[in-house]
Amino acid sequence: MAERVFMKGTEAIAEAAVRAGCRFFAGYPITPQNEIPEYMSRRLPEVGGQFVQGESEVASVNMLFGAASTGIRAMSSSSSTGISLYSEGVSFSASARVPIVYVNVGRGGPGIGAIQPAQQDYNQATKASGNGGFRMIVLAPSSVQECVDMVYEAFDLAAKYENPVLVLTDGVVGTMMEPVILPEMKTDEELASLRKKFEHRAIIGHPVGKQAVCRAGLMGSGQENVNIKAAAMYDDWDCEIRVEEYMMDDAELVIASYGISARICKAVINKLRKEGIKIGMIRPERISPFPYDTFAKLDPKKIKGLLDVEMSIPAQMIWDVKHVLNKDIPVRECLRSGGQLMTNNQVENAVRDLIKEVL
Amino acid sequence: MEKKVYSRTNGLLPGAVSGFCPGCMHGTVHKLIGEAAEELGQLDHLVRVEGVGCCGLGQFYVSHDETIAAHGRACAVATGIKRSSPESLIYTYQGDGDLAAIGLAETMSAANRGENFTVIFVNNGIYGMTGGQMAPTTLLGMKSTTSPGGRVAEEHGYPMHMCEILDTLTAPVYLERTSCDTPQHVIATRNAIKKAFKYQLEGKGFSMVEIVTSCPTNWGMNTLDSLDFLRDKMFAEYPLGLIRDNG
Amino acid sequence: MERNLMIAGFGGQGVMTMGKLLAQATCDSTDLNVTFFPSYGAAMRGGTANCYVVISDESIGAPSSTSVDDLIVMNEPSLDAFLGNLKENGVLFINSTIVKKKIDRKDVNLVEVPVTEMALDMGDPRVLNVIMLGAYIGYTDVVPTEVVLEGLHHKFKNKPDAIKLNDEAFQKGYEIGINAKKDR
Repeated sequence: MAERVFMKGTEAIAEAAVRAGCRFFAGYPITPQNEIPEYMSRRLPEVGGQFVQGESEVASVNMLFGAASTGIRAMSSSSSTGISLYSEGVSFSASARVPIVYVNVGRGGPGIGAIQPAQQDYNQATKASGNGGFRMIVLAPSSVQECVDMVYEAFDLAAKYENPVLVLTDGVVGTMMEPVILPEMKTDEELASLRKKFEHRAIIGHPVGKQAVCRAGLMGSGQENVNIKAAAMYDDWDCEIRVEEYMMDDAELVIASYGISARICKAVINKLRKEGIKIGMIRPERISPFPYDTFAKLDPKKIKGLLDVEMSIPAQMIWDVKHVLNKDIPVRECLRSGGQLMTNNQVENAVRDLIKEVL
Repeated sequence: MEKKVYSRTNGLLPGAVSGFCPGCMHGTVHKLIGEAAEELGQLDHLVRVEGVGCCGLGQFYVSHDETIAAHGRACAVATGIKRSSPESLIYTYQGDGDLAAIGLAETMSAANRGENFTVIFVNNGIYGMTGGQMAPTTLLGMKSTTSPGGRVAEEHGYPMHMCEILDTLTAPVYLERTSCDTPQHVIATRNAIKKAFKYQLEGKGFSMVEIVTSCPTNWGMNTLDSLDFLRDKMFAEYPLGLIRDNG
Repeated sequence: MERNLMIAGFGGQGVMTMGKLLAQATCDSTDLNVTFFPSYGAAMRGGTANCYVVISDESIGAPSSTSVDDLIVMNEPSLDAFLGNLKENGVLFINSTIVKKKIDRKDVNLVEVPVTEMALDMGDPRVLNVIMLGAYIGYTDVVPTEVVLEGLHHKFKNKPDAIKLNDEAFQKGYEIGINAKKDR
């Protein structure tokens, strides 16, 4: 087994990307994700990759679009208000089906918000990361180890669907250090063979007659056909749902949470379970595609209440939960935002309030 | 015995007929790009990064690999492509609004980094496809749909000279301003594009060929009058010639 | 069993280094779960710095907390800001060279370590954080002494003089910690 190493979330993200085969990175400084570009600027030249500090987020995401359109594995990262500026390039990548990977280390919002951590970008990440109604797979790690595993996986998902993939994390997971086990470094041979699969449509120069084109928009009826094809792909994403059902077998109370908040909830559940409180959690490991069925199947005869826990005010994921949840299950919220961190105590108190109300 | 004196470049799709407006010079520039790459034996490696606007119509005519960048981002997209595929011969094809307004940061920054690709900048002093709005290169006094009384310096500022602006940077290797209004100028433009491509193949860095052209449709002129305007007014503001050659 | 620690002080007092050293050593030399979470102000230099270390044999929830088992304060502003975050029966370690204020809580255990003075006496003001770390381990035994010493030796590998100095600093703190526990 590989040795565990002690790494900061942001640096673990960068190293995992390199090991997954990322050979191009463009980004613009913004707190709290600066260690990712800093790490990449040191690390990529060691593996024959390219690092560019863009003149803006807008430039960076378009560099990413260009790099990925050649078939190379490419990534960028930013934070909240910077991610808003990515919407142009992400939308172009979704339209032209270019496999970019990008990371949002979220901070407080809206606007410039707070530089401290938050989960304020759920709706942007899952519903409208740019114009045009496209969808993406969005992974939401809750630990440094999951950052590593999910970033590694993100490149395969981007390549599989030729579609942008977002890893949405936050300033807590990004700046904390934890032991991690790093994945294997993909070999140059593996990367060459992956690049080969994209070669027919790579924008690298082809002999006349074998022209490759990469267009994020088509005139005439072409665009509708592109959209129909993309919609069919999104419809097939049930197989990409990843959800953790934690201690749900006999649960009477359920927490809905994701990312950093979910990890805090898990510790609280462990504590409350020792008191005999039957509580569990449904945690989407990927917030898109969303595990609607897991919430839809909750039976009000068994489940007496649901607590939605997010570092966002107003709550955002709650609307996906309520969309399918049986209306007889009462829903309550436990929220922080603006860079104020969720604590174990706060979640515990919210659960105890819920117990008083519904049990 | 017949002697072949001219053949159409393979850089254009066989049979494609230019749909650009009468008197527009985009079609000519497309042909020259194909010829320059072909003469260098590089057609198989040629990559076009297209700007938004009339430039984007080129997608219907070129036979080589191409992508359309978001409005103004051609130099950023080209940076990503060139860094990931250094053996490709890459050019951006941009108009004045794309390159000098919305894409000014991307243009300046790519030039300043000395990115090893070529910018083909078509400057006709006006937004074409969107319907004749004022561009950064619109001449003083020139009417547009967003400066109906004519461009006024106090309100709109002065025409921007992109070759001269980029000439203030250290990194660019080659900057030249040409036109396509006469056979001599057409040949000069082809030679300039070829030189820029050659420098790129030699790894010498950023180059830009600015081609001053006419837009009779949005200038509200017939094609002959637009040529007079081009020579009398546009060339006066944007003098043709070599700005820098550090190759 | 989970134990969480907050360390707070001026930038430049080795607050982050102390937390990171403990956490890194725990990762390298034990099978325990551990998190290190730094918290900075927006300014690059000066001001206050603080960090959290959580060590547990179970999975760790929040890496920071407003209710900590142990609190190390290296200066008075940190005492004012964070004393309220220490749990009842928690342990408060203070840099008693510069924290002169009366501690207005009777429900916590106080360990006074004059680290600034001790470090100066040792001839290197930089080791104040290692002295404090020694006191912390001596009192809490959250990880075995060897774990931290291995971490220190790794950090200063190829610098035998620094290893000797830091070992000594750790030991001096350790004795204060372990004696404070006996007196409890």
